[in-house]
Amino acid sequence: MAFTSFSDFILMGGYSFYVWLAYAVSLLSIIVLIVNSVLKRKKIFRQVIQRIEREERIKAAENREDIL
Amino acid sequence: MWKWLHRYAKAEKSYELAGKLMPWFLVLALITFVVGVIWGLAFAPADYQQGDSFRIIYIHVPAAMMAMAAYSTMAIAAFIGLVWQIRLADMTVAATAPVGAVYTFIALFTGAAWGKPMWGTWWVWDARLTSELILLFVYLGIIALYNAFSDKVLAGRAASILTLVGVINLPIIHFSVVWWNTLHQGATITKFDKPSMATEMLIPLLIMIVSFLAFLVLMILYRFRNEILQRESHRPWVKELVKNSIMLKLRG
Repeated sequence: MAFTSFSDFILMGGYSFYVWLAYAVSLLSIIVLIVNSVLKRKKIFRQVIQRIEREERIKAAENREDIL
Repeated sequence: MWKWLHRYAKAEKSYELAGKLMPWFLVLALITFVVGVIWGLAFAPADYQQGDSFRIIYIHVPAAMMAMAAYSTMAIAAFIGLVWQIRLADMTVAATAPVGAVYTFIALFTGAAWGKPMWGTWWVWDARLTSELILLFVYLGIIALYNAFSDKVLAGRAASILTLVGVINLPIIHFSVVWWNTLHQGATITKFDKPSMATEMLIPLLIMIVSFLAFLVLMILYRFRNEILQRESHRPWVKELVKNSIMLKLRG
């Protein structure tokens, strides 16, 4: 262990601002990347669902016309 | 002998393979991240010159290294895509660029946060920093170019060409600390000599490099699957897959 106490650890030998800033911003960037990737997947799923529904509507409409 | 590779040229098989690989890289990335961060922040000894500010190295160096590794991956994929017209290679380029851009941003930002206490400035226009900034712009350019075309075959080709043009930047970044006088220190690990770092400091750094690599592969696989779904969204197998996932959600 390089530090004697927890408050020592937080202080980072006087460089706390820079060290924690670097780690926080990095973690935030990674989270943004993950959220962006997951949202993109969800968006594609929504588009496919819309496409399926539209095709089913068209099919249903065609069937009705056949009956008429 | 290499015939088994053929079926992975099919999008559906590649989608499945990527899905099978993802959990392994997720576990590897998580474990190495937790171990590496705790070791680097709390257990590695403080530097005799830089004190505890040197602990930024545990994200700065892995991010910078893997940003370049991501670019190399992209360049190889771009070349394959252009020469053999393989769609999956284009998709790899599109999947890798955003991850590489984020890594480059992290390398730049942590570098600035490290430079301020050590050099007395957030930023200098020297060779290493400027070439790294250009790498970020190249990444953003590739992403923008890919998104500018609605025809994804054309988009893939344009992005691949830009990727290959940008390769010239890689040796410039790597050797910038040798070719020019710069504030940035020289290579620590990637040189034909013993690493210039104490073992207690080096081991957590290597663990963090593995973590960044595993996460890079994980995100490429995830976004690669996104690209496949997007381009194959009219195919029956994608519709089937989406329907099944809705059924699972409704039941769960």
